[in-house]
Amino acid sequence: MAERIKASEKFKRDRVPMKEQDPKERIKNFNEVPYGYSFEEAIKEAQRCLQCKPPACVAGCPADVHVPEFIDKILDEDVEGAFKEIKLTNALPAICGRVCPQEEQCEGACILNKKGKPIAIGRLERFVADWAREKGVVDEPPAEDSNVGKRVAIVGSGPAGLACAADLAKLGYDVAIFEALHKPGGVLVYGIPEFRLPKAIVQYEVDQIKEMGVKIYTDYVIGYIKTVDELVEEYDAVFLANGAGAPSFLHIPGENLNGVYSASEFLTRSNLMRAFDFPNYDTPLNVGKRVVVIGGGNVAMDAVRTAKRLGAEESIIVYRRSRTEMPARAEEIEHAEAEGIQFELLTNPVKILGDDNGNVKGLECIRMELGEPDESGRRRPVPIEGSNFVMDVDNVIVAIGQNANPIVARSATGVETNKWGYFIADENTGKTTHPKVWAGGDIVTGAATVILAVGAGKKAAKSIHETLSQ
Amino acid sequence: MAKILKKEQWSDTIFSMLIEAKDVAKAAKPGQFIILIPKEHGERIPLTIADSSLNEGWVQIVFQVVGKSTLELSRMNKGEELFSFVGPLGMPSEVEKFPGKVVMIGGGIGIAPIHPIAKKLKEMGNHVVSIIGAKTADLLIMEDKIREASTEVIVATDDGSKGKKGFVNAVLEELLTTEADNVSKIWAIGPPIMMKVCAMSAGKFKKPIIVSLNPIMVDGTGMCGACRVTVGGKTKFACVDGPEFDGALVDFDELMARQGQYKELEQKALELYKSKEGVA
Ligand SMILES: Cc1cc2nc3c(=O)[nH]c(=O)nc-3n(C[C@H](O)[C@H](O)[C@H](O)COP(=O)(O)OP(=O)(O)OC[C@H]3O[C@@H](n4cnc5c(N)ncnc54)[C@H](O)[C@@H]3O)c2cc1C
Ligand SMILES: Cc1cc2nc3c(=O)[nH]c(=O)nc-3n(C[C@H](O)[C@H](O)[C@H](O)COP(=O)(O)OP(=O)(O)OC[C@H]3O[C@@H](n4cnc5c(N)ncnc54)[C@H](O)[C@@H]3O)c2cc1C
Ligand code: SF4
Ligand code: SF4
Ligand code: FES
Repeated sequence: MAERIKASEKFKRDRVPMKEQDPKERIKNFNEVPYGYSFEEAIKEAQRCLQCKPPACVAGCPADVHVPEFIDKILDEDVEGAFKEIKLTNALPAICGRVCPQEEQCEGACILNKKGKPIAIGRLERFVADWAREKGVVDEPPAEDSNVGKRVAIVGSGPAGLACAADLAKLGYDVAIFEALHKPGGVLVYGIPEFRLPKAIVQYEVDQIKEMGVKIYTDYVIGYIKTVDELVEEYDAVFLANGAGAPSFLHIPGENLNGVYSASEFLTRSNLMRAFDFPNYDTPLNVGKRVVVIGGGNVAMDAVRTAKRLGAEESIIVYRRSRTEMPARAEEIEHAEAEGIQFELLTNPVKILGDDNGNVKGLECIRMELGEPDESGRRRPVPIEGSNFVMDVDNVIVAIGQNANPIVARSATGVETNKWGYFIADENTGKTTHPKVWAGGDIVTGAATVILAVGAGKKAAKSIHETLSQ
Repeated sequence: MAKILKKEQWSDTIFSMLIEAKDVAKAAKPGQFIILIPKEHGERIPLTIADSSLNEGWVQIVFQVVGKSTLELSRMNKGEELFSFVGPLGMPSEVEKFPGKVVMIGGGIGIAPIHPIAKKLKEMGNHVVSIIGAKTADLLIMEDKIREASTEVIVATDDGSKGKKGFVNAVLEELLTTEADNVSKIWAIGPPIMMKVCAMSAGKFKKPIIVSLNPIMVDGTGMCGACRVTVGGKTKFACVDGPEFDGALVDFDELMARQGQYKELEQKALELYKSKEGVA
């Protein structure tokens, strides 16, 4: 049992920092950047928790992780107990502990946030999940048998689909996930890079869900091989969690030149297909000396840091607003800066220039200044006339967002979409306009976060259970 | 997992395989394709569905060895399982009963993908004229199956070793010169340069021509944009908007440039594989 410290002492202590790979080293490899807490560090951080009743942090977590309870178990030195406590509500703790935007979720809600020192809930969650994986602890709650024989089909194996599957499996349902790609995980496997989320960890958490009896059919594109209408016939309920997987382009001249990638293509080649390990893996990726990534979100940061690791001498972000407006998490921007990523802010691309062979050789940009705030409340960037200039570049990676992919929707009669092609679903239940169909995750909200997708999957599971047990 | 049920070698570089894939066979329509990964460390390669059998639960692929992945695939044998096999993908061909004749042009390995379309068109009561061509008689594939699926067949080889001597577009122009009024639709599938010249020939006679594009792909589901092609001045994703497009509107030069974008790396992968496996 670790010591319980006095409240006054708790307020005095700072967050326990997490050690990470030296930037000079890490830009040469794809190993994970942060090392995670040691047992001692975890105890030290856990000691600061006030064990609030009711806990503000839990209200900030879409997966309802029992935060004070699991932290208390860490202090009991019962990490296995802590793991089981987390798994009661969250099937993907090693993933969430790494990639949740905690500052907006649990940690943002933590009472200690007032003093700027919220408990490092994500790091503790990660510590517990990693410990359990290393020790081989599995948590398979016995499935209830009352729902055996009731069948639910899930389209997509991203976090929304996985979370929904796990909760339904616990309730005893027969769950089948249909996944278009050859590996389950969605953006967790094809989008988020290895150095932020090792694929072995995703695989492990997916395997745990399979252990619960969930069947995952990969290489199975709903809309082609089977329609949603057919799934509705064959299953008692259908959950659509196919993500928002269609890349946006800028629609500027030169965008189809060789060397121009969508961030999705660039990251899929590197992550899912492991082009970073070419020619041991067969999928190629051309990365030149100077790479420009257009955009200022998390996806742009992942692409630009990946390009650096793939050998770009200069890896540059081009973003049309200023640093304060960048949508990427502060932590991601700081990591990028430490790795020597350059930022061309208040800059907008107007044209991509090519050579005679159809390869990219330059990017013409225009400087911007900030004008009046727009609908989003952010100050609108306006071009400064005559400020055009050309950057010499070998690659341009476009990371300006995703749209809804229509393949699933067009095979789903009676499931309405909004004008952008996203499914219309109730925020609290995931119910769509079809009585047997639920939807959640990015394909409802547009590109969002892992934890919001997990939350949506859980809500849909609850609603499906309520409906099917009537 | 998709098992290889049958393998045949049709020429030095052309192979046919029947792959066990019940659900794919059930859903497959003419004009669609699959994507497979031969072995675990492999890449995703698209191949057209050349034929399928609902009853026997297989899908036929016909491929030409051009690089590492197709070489590796060609060295796999009956009974082995492919690491990944997904389909059907892409929009099916828009087939209907057309007035007059429909002309199907297949060049080289492109003969395989015209087969299911011709077969379907004939089933629907069309008068199907197939023009199939290859460099030389040895490389001419699927002649019997094409005959079965067509009303008339014209064979052409570049060197005249079989049928007419010359390119398929010359045969097309000849045909259109004598009976353009009687032709209501043309399909042309083969190397981009062949499709480009066929589209030009059809254009001379103002005849609609459909081509099937084969840009480099990754996912094949509209998620990555690797397969971007310009059609009528607009960017399209060949995997989900196509692979078939109006030949008059396609920017073939861009397609050819984009197909070559990994040449050096592909060469490196091929050489490494050959030296590891001891293949000449
Ligand atoms: C590069 C990148 C980095 C990100 N970083 C973070 C981060 O650090 N933190 C964070 O919280 N969020 C991050 N996000 C966002 C987060 O990953 C997504 O919001 C989340 O994955 C959405 O989950 P989902 O389950 O709705 O969809 P997805 O993860 O997109 O999964 C959908 C799945 O459905 C499959 N599918 C699609 N169509 C079909 C079909 N027709 N048939 C069968 N299957 C189909 C797809 O292949 C995919 O596997 C990032 C996103 C990207 C792209
Ligand atoms: C919709 C579609 C249908 C196709 N149908 C057939 C078919 O029925 N029979 C057949 O023989 N070929 C077909 N192809 C072409 C086939 O996919 C390529 O020949 C194959 O991918 C080459 O792989 P490789 O590793 O052997 O050669 P590489 O050495 O990797 O490449 C040789 C050339 O093949 C092309 N290529 C490479 N990788 C890809 C990729 N991932 N996607 C598409 N093209 C690529 C490039 O132009 C490249 O320069 C089709 C392509 C598409 C897009
Ligand atoms: S709000 Fe913060 S201090 Fe309170 S229980 Fe949650 S993590 Fe602990
Ligand atoms: S799942 Fe995410 S939001 Fe919830 S407690 Fe864990 S890190 Fe915080
Ligand atoms: S191959 Fe990825 S979008 Fe077409």
